[in-house]
Amino acid sequence: MSRAEAALHPPHAPAAAAVAAKGLLRAHRWLLLRRTSQFAALALFLAGPLAGIWIVKGNLASSLTLEVLPLSDPYAVLQGLAAGHLMAASALTGAAIMAVFYAIAGGRAYCAWVCPVNVVTDTAAWLRRRLGLRPDISLPRATRQWLLGATLALAAATGAIVWEWVNPVSMLHRGLIFGFGLAWAVVLAVFVLDLLVSARAWCGHLCPMGAFYALLGSGALLRVSARSSSRCDDCLDCYRACPEPQVIQPALKGLASPVIGSAACTNCGRCIDVCSQDVFRFAIRFDQRRD
Amino acid sequence: MAARRQILQGMAGAAGCAALAGLGLGLYAQQTRALPVRALRPPGAQPEEKFLGACLRCGLCVRACPYKTLRLAELGDGVVSGTPWFTARRIPCEMCPDIPCVKACPSGALEPSLQDIDRARMGLAVIVDQENCLNYQGLRCDVCYRVCPLIGKAITLELRHNERTGKHAMFIPTVNSNHCTGCGKCERACVLEEAAIKVLPLKQAKGELGRHYRLGWKEKEKAGRALGPEALEFPIRRPEQR
Ligand code: SF4
Ligand code: SF4
Ligand code: SF4
Repeated sequence: MSRAEAALHPPHAPAAAAVAAKGLLRAHRWLLLRRTSQFAALALFLAGPLAGIWIVKGNLASSLTLEVLPLSDPYAVLQGLAAGHLMAASALTGAAIMAVFYAIAGGRAYCAWVCPVNVVTDTAAWLRRRLGLRPDISLPRATRQWLLGATLALAAATGAIVWEWVNPVSMLHRGLIFGFGLAWAVVLAVFVLDLLVSARAWCGHLCPMGAFYALLGSGALLRVSARSSSRCDDCLDCYRACPEPQVIQPALKGLASPVIGSAACTNCGRCIDVCSQDVFRFAIRFDQRRD
Repeated sequence: MAARRQILQGMAGAAGCAALAGLGLGLYAQQTRALPVRALRPPGAQPEEKFLGACLRCGLCVRACPYKTLRLAELGDGVVSGTPWFTARRIPCEMCPDIPCVKACPSGALEPSLQDIDRARMGLAVIVDQENCLNYQGLRCDVCYRVCPLIGKAITLELRHNERTGKHAMFIPTVNSNHCTGCGKCERACVLEEAAIKVLPLKQAKGELGRHYRLGWKEKEKAGRALGPEALEFPIRRPEQR
């Protein structure tokens, strides 16, 4: 690493300044809430098979809560439709409920608050930073959109939900609840890819599921706003903590809306945590205030 | 200009990466589809090709099954990962009259029109080993016949002369495809180390007549009369009498 690069990427954790300014807890508030949400979601699914408490049955592809509420993954249902199968009413209703929820709450909130792979890839990113691994292959971020198209086209061409044969997201979730088989190898592959081959490769560049939810949430109401951008002291901590750093600049440094408009933003709130100046906050999409 | 070129290059790169991944996935799919179907599916399951486009891999059917018959395939099981299946020799289907697995299915991969469990076709039982089936040796095991929920219909015992002893009968277990649901209770119960009767997916258990093929006597029955002249007169060809 050259000296200039070292200056640009100081080895300290992106939250260090925030911890000093706001305390450990406030500097990790959204991160902790997010981990709680992820594990709670998983715990609800696991309570049945492990403890016999059947609140939620099934998995993220499709589930039944308290024997009445059907919820389905709209992306999985869409692939079934593309494959030429008219899904039954329960799956369609479940997918519609989920679609409306994420269209409002920010599509990729699924990625940050529910998806179990996020824990894997966040760990890889954290380790990557700790080990100071810099050089890597950089993949184009738009690959995921093309892959999304490819999975739907393949379903249409083969009449089968082909993506499900390799999808690490459903494999991890299903594996935890119904048994892994060799699926752990697929999850390990994602971890190694993110750690050693290319930073944030999976969630940030490849996952078609993330691309789908981004599309779904492209008009989302709940967003992050850089309302107090005037306080920004250019420490770059938010860029280093953000899994999709390209989304921050227009809101933070641009003259237009302070709201992060890009659908790639996962509403993870990590920028809010790590900013020692409290520049960011959650807001609604139309909130144009800056102070 | 440079910016536009960069954008175009980026797009080409992304499309290239996706095309590569898509191609790999397509090839993998093709390869997997070429393998013979091994799995016994839950009652009411659509035919395999359709099932793979319909099932969401949610496992709600698995949860609904009171006997823990059904499982979701894990990677390495040799069945498309995440889809429900069962192994007859381990836990067969108990043929619940209210078919909870079908009711639980949110996608319709398990056909909701299946109301009568006796009409389920999860597979078809086949005596795969006549050399070891005890009844074929002239003994009276009959276990598969006795456990069959459709006893006397799905499995019947057909009498045959026992050539070995010369004076006894053999009771040959015979599966009738118009009644067998493929529940697997016979395979589960077979007393041999390795079952002599096995439930196979329909595709493997059954042959198929050429589509152009017509059986004269059935056509005759359908039409109510012979379609051609009743008996053709053939010239008798005998070697010339000298
Ligand atoms: S009919 Fe009953 S025993 Fe058979 S698979 Fe369905 S739920 Fe299980
Ligand atoms: S309930 Fe239906 S969609 Fe879910 S795993 Fe079973 S067959 Fe597939
Ligand atoms: S699988 Fe065996 S037990 Fe079940 S209906 Fe068929 S013959 Fe009877």
